[in-house]
Amino acid sequence: MSVTTDGVVPESAAAGTGAPVIAVRGIAKHFGSIQALRSVDLDIHKGEVVGLIGDNGAGKSTLVNILSGALQPNAGTILLDGRPVTFASSLEARRAGIETVYQDLSLAPDLSVWENIFLGREKTVKGPLRFVGWLDRRAMARESEIDLERTHIRIGSVNSLAGRLSGGQRQAIAVGRAVSWGSRVLLMDEPTAALGVEQQEQVGQLVRSVSSHGVPVLLITHNLPQVHKLAERVAVLFHGRIVADLRCSEVTVDDMVSWITGAALGTQRHDV
Amino acid sequence: MVRLPSALTPAGTVTNGSGPEGEATERAAWLNAVDRFGDYWMLGVFAIMVLVFGLLSPSHDLFTRASWLNISQYAVEFLLLAIGQTFVIITGGIDLSDGAVLGFTGMVSGVVMQSLLSAHANVTLTTVLGFATALLLGAAIGFVNGYLITRLKLPPFIVTLGSLTAIGAGATPLINGGNEVINLPSQIGTIGQTLIGGWIYVTVLVAALSCVVMGLILHRTRFGLRTYAIGSNGMGARRAGISVDNHLVRVYTISGLLAGLAGMMVMANFTDASPLAGQNDELNAIAAVVIGGASLFGGRGHMLGTVVGTFIIALLVTGLVLVGVSGSWQEVATGVIVVAAVAGDQVRLRLAER
Repeated sequence: MSVTTDGVVPESAAAGTGAPVIAVRGIAKHFGSIQALRSVDLDIHKGEVVGLIGDNGAGKSTLVNILSGALQPNAGTILLDGRPVTFASSLEARRAGIETVYQDLSLAPDLSVWENIFLGREKTVKGPLRFVGWLDRRAMARESEIDLERTHIRIGSVNSLAGRLSGGQRQAIAVGRAVSWGSRVLLMDEPTAALGVEQQEQVGQLVRSVSSHGVPVLLITHNLPQVHKLAERVAVLFHGRIVADLRCSEVTVDDMVSWITGAALGTQRHDV
Repeated sequence: MVRLPSALTPAGTVTNGSGPEGEATERAAWLNAVDRFGDYWMLGVFAIMVLVFGLLSPSHDLFTRASWLNISQYAVEFLLLAIGQTFVIITGGIDLSDGAVLGFTGMVSGVVMQSLLSAHANVTLTTVLGFATALLLGAAIGFVNGYLITRLKLPPFIVTLGSLTAIGAGATPLINGGNEVINLPSQIGTIGQTLIGGWIYVTVLVAALSCVVMGLILHRTRFGLRTYAIGSNGMGARRAGISVDNHLVRVYTISGLLAGLAGMMVMANFTDASPLAGQNDELNAIAAVVIGGASLFGGRGHMLGTVVGTFIIALLVTGLVLVGVSGSWQEVATGVIVVAAVAGDQVRLRLAER
């Protein structure tokens, strides 16, 4: 990661509650002649839940991939706590504190809950055995329990295999893992796509508990009723631009639909 | 062989009033029973085999010290190959070359030691250099396998099949004119013939120690955990920051190294280096690992299972000899057992994903 110490954004630039944790400025990305994103601006503040909505091909995944470090933008900057950052890989974005919970959750079904939570950042014992990477299993299991308690979803034993758990419980592990590393922003890509009604409710609970700890959440989703209920704001992507930044308390789900389809812009639907 | 990782299948999405948590524990109860059965059925098979072969063998020869020494000595090469194979299969790969590597490293090491002896080198030093040659050569071949698999994105099956053919059928017969190397340091024979406490050959002890060390690495260290993670969800492991390619190269290197060690143990056992050593061993090693509860799709398997699986294979071969069945039928039996074990694994997976 390359964080430059200069270029601190003045406080006045920030809208809403204090300076944004993450600020996207003029991000553009094209794939050959296809312009996926054209100058996107987006601010996310501490403890905020922001929805990112838009039709297929509007640029949602491109923006998420840029924020999570999987893609590099052609233009624009990302400011994390006011400092410009660039990510050459998703690992760098993670190290900077941008955690992503992918749609497939990236869990290893054959590993236990705690093994999944600590995968890639395993704790080893103290003493000479640490040189062979001897795992401190007890410490990791204990800390996993603490991390998961914050998600308010019961997992049972942290020793159970991830593949044996329900969809909502797996989502809780993925989120628990993401937030346990002191992340500053949580991106959730289609968190409820494969879940039943009751488990969608659990995910909602997860999102609220994460944001109540001050970590802002960016929800990328097609599930408009849910994002309307969970988010304070939604940003609408349309043809690679953010065309609206709506307060959920002031709009209806139908309003969102008309922004997504471009109807609110006066654009004809068949353009989409 | 397309199977969705179970992380992608929305298990438990049906809510039926009992709540998702209650449902999950209920599911776990009987599925755990299936899992437990899956992990321990081979102990039952082993017990039945001991009983059947023991009762069928003339004057119950199976239950003698001589028979134990025979079986345990015979199991050494399969066990050493199966240890490396366990790591490889848990990552979701396969190493078809390990039997060929066994034969090749044994031959090269034999020729090296022979020429050192004829140059009047110190005998002990010659033995040490012979071991070093086999281990380094084995590791180097494993490294090349792993490198080709990860850097060229080739299927492990194809790469190691290529190594098997190139080394086993091609290179090994070229060494020493395809003849056995018999002029070896006396220590080699001593290693093969020395019994500890009258019951344990040194070669068996070497295999057992390798098993313990590699088992601890697999089940208690970061390296082992990541081996499972890669086989269980490779993309997830990558996203967790694990350098999957480097890890896989190390795993194949370990497999090659152990095949080199196996080459030396076989040499010690027969007090010669034979170009025929290790032929078809890879199938026995794979069989042992799969019988031991590993899944060819990766993510599952354990060292204790591999040990039991190895002894099932060794007992099958020696047991059939004891009861007077011809060698060809042993091959048939091994083939059937491999297919049965993989089929059993499939049934178990299908049950588990229900």
